[in-house]
Amino acid sequence: MIYADNAATTKMSRTAIDAMLPYMDEIFGNPSSLYEVGQEAAKALWMARERIAACIGATPQEIYFTSGGSEADNQAILSAAHNGEKKGKKHIISSAFEHHAVLHTLKKLEKEGFEVELLDVHENGMVYPEQVADAIREDTCLVTIMYANNEIGSVMPIAEIGAVCQEKKVLFHTDAVQAAGHLPIDVNEQNIDLLSLSAHKFHGPKGIGALYARRGVLLENLIEGGAQERGKRAGTENVPAIMGMAAALEEACSHMEEDNKKLLGLRARLIEGLSKISHSALNGDAKSRLPGNVSFCFEGVEGESLLLLLDDRGICASSGSACTSGSLDPSHVLLAIGRPHEVAHGSLRLSLSSENTEEEVAQILQAVPEVVDYLRNMSPLWKDKVSGKKEFVL
Amino acid sequence: MALYSEKVMDHFRNPRNVGSIENADGIGEVGNGKCGDIMKVYLKIDDDIVSDVKFETFGCGSAIASSSMATEMIKGKPISEVLQLTNQAVTEALDGLPAHKLHCSVLAEEAVRAAVQDYYDKKGKE
Ligand SMILES: Cc1ncc(COP(=O)(O)O)c(C=O)c1O
Ligand SMILES: [Zn+2]
Repeated sequence: MIYADNAATTKMSRTAIDAMLPYMDEIFGNPSSLYEVGQEAAKALWMARERIAACIGATPQEIYFTSGGSEADNQAILSAAHNGEKKGKKHIISSAFEHHAVLHTLKKLEKEGFEVELLDVHENGMVYPEQVADAIREDTCLVTIMYANNEIGSVMPIAEIGAVCQEKKVLFHTDAVQAAGHLPIDVNEQNIDLLSLSAHKFHGPKGIGALYARRGVLLENLIEGGAQERGKRAGTENVPAIMGMAAALEEACSHMEEDNKKLLGLRARLIEGLSKISHSALNGDAKSRLPGNVSFCFEGVEGESLLLLLDDRGICASSGSACTSGSLDPSHVLLAIGRPHEVAHGSLRLSLSSENTEEEVAQILQAVPEVVDYLRNMSPLWKDKVSGKKEFVL
Repeated sequence: MALYSEKVMDHFRNPRNVGSIENADGIGEVGNGKCGDIMKVYLKIDDDIVSDVKFETFGCGSAIASSSMATEMIKGKPISEVLQLTNQAVTEALDGLPAHKLHCSVLAEEAVRAAVQDYYDKKGKE
């Protein structure tokens, strides 16, 4: 199997698994208990908090464990919005291609009477600091812009956007779920007030994540109950998962440079090879891009068929096609960068990890053009374009 | 992949009747405004019987498999029977489709009907 869907989830690293095991076994105690097996878990929990904080330039007191990226996004946004509301500020700035964990939370706030302004995303998948600066108003309480896009891999100038927010004294949240462990994060240098991360995107376990909230930013509880997480997130801590997340993040950050060097090589080969397919286009900026992301649209084919045929050849990938979405619309991300519905239908995302090899890239480069060709040969849309009845878009 | 039945995957991997017919007696092309899939059916009709049928599809696994199955189901059949073809019958013949993929398969029925209509339209003009 060639696993090229690391933006969906990653395989856990051995280090992360090994870090978890003792906390399911002999150190199984509840960190809130006063006897030794509980206190040992509590100590480990604190150290995990310190280690994760260190990876992003935060203090351990600023880390709140959550059930994942979605919960962290929800809590960050709802907290900032409701803090703002108390001061009469009900304007929120975000972008059209955020993850649904962000967009659906913003929809909810709209129903509560907030005004949500979604910035346009440029054709190259970028949102620029000038756009944010122009949009900020007296009553803006939050700017939330993702660090890196999960579908098309474009990487935003987060530090510059953060600087704009800081200058205008508006809270800045970034969904760094796709960036954490893959790109450097320093919440102070990058002027980030709130940040979401999720362990399963950097070879940690699923169902665990963290919200970083700068000291002084008041959080609102999504879950009421015990006093865990400084009273901001009730529920007995998932100690094994947290230990796995800390180990995975540390490992990813310590290998980041060499991993990315390798990934950039694989990515360049894939992009070069796939670009040779006629009437295709790379989605997202070619340079400001996640090291492992390759996202293309191929005119005249549909993404799910593409995925099924690649699966038959042992290649795991993903698509933003309407037929893969479960809803009837193609990916909002591809529409946001201006891809017509029909072109978005033929999208393919390959997301690599450092475990992928040159040999695998060669196999992908063999398979994709063949599969695209095969599907185009049975596509009435493709035929109409070739015969000139319809115009090519790409 | 457990998303689809084995029947669906068989028709998806080895679609029957792919292609086009030159000088077809009826051609039906329908697009699914919902998800963007497009299907085109070509009919050769002799003595009110579908003597040959071909299809082209731009769409997902569900759309390709139901195109393939639908063409198999109408091949060699009199037009009166062809007009009885339903999306439901195609789906059943495929051992079912996931609920959220049903809309992609409706095309097959619609494209066949459009092709028969085209045949009548052309005949009427003669
Ligand atoms: C950008 C982004 N934000 C949020 C999430 C949600 O994270 P989780 O699956 O941990 O809830 C994901 C993962 O799909 C993501 O890619
Ligand atoms: Zn479909």
